[in-house]
Amino acid sequence: MTDWSGYIGLILQGALVTVQLTLMGSALAVVVAFAAGLGRVSRYMAVRAAATAYIEFFRGTSIFVQLFWVYFVLPFAGLTLSPLQAGVLALGLNVGAYGAEVVRGAVRAIGREQREACIALNLTRAQAMRHVILPQALPLMLPTFGNNAIELLKATAIVSLISLSDMTFQAQVVRAQTGSTLIPFATILVLYFLMALAISGAMRWLERRVTRGLDGVRT
Amino acid sequence: MAAPIIRVDNITKRYGMLTVLDGLSMEVMPGEKLALIGPSGSGKTTILRILMTLETISGGHIEVDGQQLYHMPRNGGLIDADERHLQKMREKIGMVFQHFNLFPHKCVLDNVTLAPMLTQGVAKAAAQKRAMELLDMVGLADKAGNMPAQLSGGQKQRVAIARALALSPRIMLFDEVTSALDPELVEEVLNVMRKLAAETDMTMLLVTHEMGFAHDFADRVLFFDRGKIVEEGRPDEIFSHPKQERTQTFLRKIIAAGHRV
Repeated sequence: MTDWSGYIGLILQGALVTVQLTLMGSALAVVVAFAAGLGRVSRYMAVRAAATAYIEFFRGTSIFVQLFWVYFVLPFAGLTLSPLQAGVLALGLNVGAYGAEVVRGAVRAIGREQREACIALNLTRAQAMRHVILPQALPLMLPTFGNNAIELLKATAIVSLISLSDMTFQAQVVRAQTGSTLIPFATILVLYFLMALAISGAMRWLERRVTRGLDGVRT
Repeated sequence: MAAPIIRVDNITKRYGMLTVLDGLSMEVMPGEKLALIGPSGSGKTTILRILMTLETISGGHIEVDGQQLYHMPRNGGLIDADERHLQKMREKIGMVFQHFNLFPHKCVLDNVTLAPMLTQGVAKAAAQKRAMELLDMVGLADKAGNMPAQLSGGQKQRVAIARALALSPRIMLFDEVTSALDPELVEEVLNVMRKLAAETDMTMLLVTHEMGFAHDFADRVLFFDRGKIVEEGRPDEIFSHPKQERTQTFLRKIIAAGHRV
């Protein structure tokens, strides 16, 4: 009879890495999504072109290939990253590209009338974006951002390929050492699911917060 | 005689093949109350939007308060205005829209204080004090803490008027401000505008289908059709003795549709 407590401990250590990757990757993705998403609606052609190129490239190539480039090819350009850094960078840039389109779509969805009110009140474009457009666009972004965060969580599993001991990597170690597939993989199935649930819950809470007042009830 | 505060000179506005304004010229004196009437698509709303710099122009010049609106002087000639010039010119002009365009995520008070604080650097306390005076003037001081979604259409439009007034523009543009309202709410908005006309010397341009109101309110009425001013004059001249056939036809139709004159 195998003593599972040690093996489960190993998987939990991996879970910590997965959580870390998800949080840091999401943070980077949000920053990149706003930068590229707002870049897409810039009035400067060069900025729009750069944002579009970034988005198309990172949506159009596989995250697996991107990760290998970041980890194995960048060192040739003089930039050597730790596996964790490489993982966060690849995940953030990849999911950020999807997020950028979400930001752009939401900003576009705030109609002409709001923009015209801003012009009539003589706000600058930046002031209008910050005080009028983004506060209204944010609630529109959140549901899709939630999806993206869960996608990112699941994509973290690929970092096992650059020898980062995330949850999936540890499950494979346990499987190799014990010969059991069911127990390690049932464990990480449940853990991934719980993490995704936590993300959903957090996004719902955020959504409630940012939509306060918009439905006519001020709390 | 004082100089006109608005001088529109041969303005053309095209959307592709469609000509909306066809060499339009007009002058508005400081403090004048102007009603712009005419069938839809005649260009009356377009000229208001052009004055608010919400559109671009295809040709011509506009002078507001002695300065070019869409152009600026450079080396003895005129070049297209940049964003900074437009920003400076917009300080003189305020606009109230058909659909109110309030900021739904901000309470009534914040709707009114936002622009003065951001664009004129007014301190929060001072901006709020002025906003409360304006809300009191439009009869909505008790709604300062409400969100726009909690207000009726007439109340929203009165907030929008207060919001535009908070920047103390010299010229106010009213674009069909009662067209989106339920009939019983029209009067409360018109009352605010009457009060405004009586208590201030602001120049007011009003695009409207409320002929009765235009008659009482305006110093001068301009009848627009197909991108041109077909006829203009004192309200009683235009409404009682229109000279042009197109004006007569338009007024007949409006009366037939049940609007008061």
